[in-house]
Amino acid sequence: MSTSVPVLEATHINKYFFEPTKFQVLKDVSFTIERGSFVSIVGKSGSGKSTLMYLLSTMDTDYEGEIIVNGERLTDKKQKELARFRNENIGFVFQFHFLLPEFSVLQNLMLPAQKLGRWSDEEIEQRAYNHLKTLGVEDQANKLANKLSGGQQQRVAIARALMNDPLIVMGDEPTGNLDSVNSEIVFDTFHRISREQQQTIIMVTHDEDLAARTDRIIELKDGEVIRA
Amino acid sequence: MKDFSLIFQIARTHLLSRVKQTIVAMLGVTFGISLFIGMVGLMTGLNDFTEELAMTSTPHIHIYNDVAVDRRTILDDSNPDGFNVVHHQKPKDEKQNLKDAFQIVRVIQQDERVLGVAPSVATQVFYNYGPVQLNGSVLGVNILAEDRMFDLRNKLRSGTLEDLLNTNDGLIMGVGLARKLNVQTGDRVTITTPQGYTMKLRVVGTFQMGMGAIDDVRSYANITTVQKIMQKDNQYITDINVKLKDQSEAESIAVMYQRLFGYRSVGWEEANATLIIGNIFRNILTYTVSITLLTVAGFGIYNILNMTIYNKMKDIAILKAMGFSAQDVTQIFLTQSIIIGLLGSLAGLMLGYLLAYGISKVPFDAGDVVNLTSLPVNFSITYYIIGIVFGMLTTSLAGYLPARKAGKVDPIEILRG
Repeated sequence: MSTSVPVLEATHINKYFFEPTKFQVLKDVSFTIERGSFVSIVGKSGSGKSTLMYLLSTMDTDYEGEIIVNGERLTDKKQKELARFRNENIGFVFQFHFLLPEFSVLQNLMLPAQKLGRWSDEEIEQRAYNHLKTLGVEDQANKLANKLSGGQQQRVAIARALMNDPLIVMGDEPTGNLDSVNSEIVFDTFHRISREQQQTIIMVTHDEDLAARTDRIIELKDGEVIRA
Repeated sequence: MKDFSLIFQIARTHLLSRVKQTIVAMLGVTFGISLFIGMVGLMTGLNDFTEELAMTSTPHIHIYNDVAVDRRTILDDSNPDGFNVVHHQKPKDEKQNLKDAFQIVRVIQQDERVLGVAPSVATQVFYNYGPVQLNGSVLGVNILAEDRMFDLRNKLRSGTLEDLLNTNDGLIMGVGLARKLNVQTGDRVTITTPQGYTMKLRVVGTFQMGMGAIDDVRSYANITTVQKIMQKDNQYITDINVKLKDQSEAESIAVMYQRLFGYRSVGWEEANATLIIGNIFRNILTYTVSITLLTVAGFGIYNILNMTIYNKMKDIAILKAMGFSAQDVTQIFLTQSIIIGLLGSLAGLMLGYLLAYGISKVPFDAGDVVNLTSLPVNFSITYYIIGIVFGMLTTSLAGYLPARKAGKVDPIEILRG
């Protein structure tokens, strides 16, 4: 399996916080990530690992340097174009599940795909069921999102992240709030899609054991890359 | 369009997930609009009623000889450059008639803007009722021309217009006056002019204009009858009434006639200035109260939407992470306020209609002053359109500000916790 194509390139990233005083969070961070790899970003709390992920995710645009995803330069793009880019190419999984509570599980899954507008509603529904089935939560499809257990919600969140066949799935401590059984399910899912679908996984975690089982570890300390 | 149906779906889910709040926000708009409809209906109903009332007694243009016109003294003629003071100048003993009145009538008849013109001769009289003398007036008219002007036929309570034409000593008397004199159709009544001429006339009919100021004092007679009791010739005319095709032109045409004929010429708006002022005040009141109500409703929506957005920060962040743009998020919340505004306004129109209907059924006894049994209410569709447009405008505006704020929410701060 060829993994030599860079899907993400970050060059000379510098990032500052201005509150309460000016403080450099990321110092000249550069690396590339190959397509289909399962990468974990680790580091102590305050090392800048989450900040880095949000820069890569295109949601934070206040930085110096350059980020290129899939050959497309994202730095200096307009917010609206970035929103479109996220919708199409990036899936998110957060620590605290973050489903929309007043929508059903199925609707939660369908929203990003409906926004993309690539498929008909019937197709989208079919895809949603397939993803739910893979993650073993298809029987929850018509429940309201806030009626599910934490583990179930996180599995639904992963299914949602996969809906638009994103190039990259990003996780911010996706297992941080889960028991070991559910953590294992999340990890296995990520591992499987990186192998089978050639989708790239970038996961911020502080779980050393979990990180050790990924393809590659990028370690940050005080805003600098000390292991890539 | 696909995007919009998605945004609409999200907005609808948000609204339905907190029905109580949605209904409270809607009720604010509903009450605002319904009170506007009720108030504007009553106020314009009153305006229309007073205007109609004015029209029953006032011609579009009234031409008469105004005796009080200042005149130059002889001193001014003989010493034009001097500073002349004449104390206690008295009016000349002038005839109160319009000279060449029938000539004026013919000229006015040629005017394309005129629908009808009616000459008349009016005099003050005393109606003798036993020892009591009631002050009043007799108006000598061509009764058929007067009918075209004021629709007299429908205001008759007894007798017919033709009955008057067929006599030379007939009267059609106001109902209030007839009641005071205790006379009925067919009875004879004695009148005395200020000059002391006395004559017996026969009541051939009664009329009711719906205004005490007329019904209690006026009688109609033929022109020749009045000329006779005034002991004047058959060219003696004191007033010319003109009815126009478009009543809004009255003021400008009146000015023209005054210049043309040299007699005082008054449009109905000037003659009813107090009524018109009343209308303006009522309009100001209506719109002030309505704007206040809708502004309050707007603030209600603003508040509720602000609160909603504060509670939905997390959801907004997720939507943005999913790839919804700031514009999409703004549209989601703006759509919510527009839905609230639309449904609230529609409910307001219906409630407003019921309110106006209720008001129109309130019994109202104005006594002899005006002929009214219940409050007059205007149900014109115009005000319902104004109501919904106004309702939608305020809610959109009130919704736009918080919605724009929602679009500007920075997702990272929220997602990082």
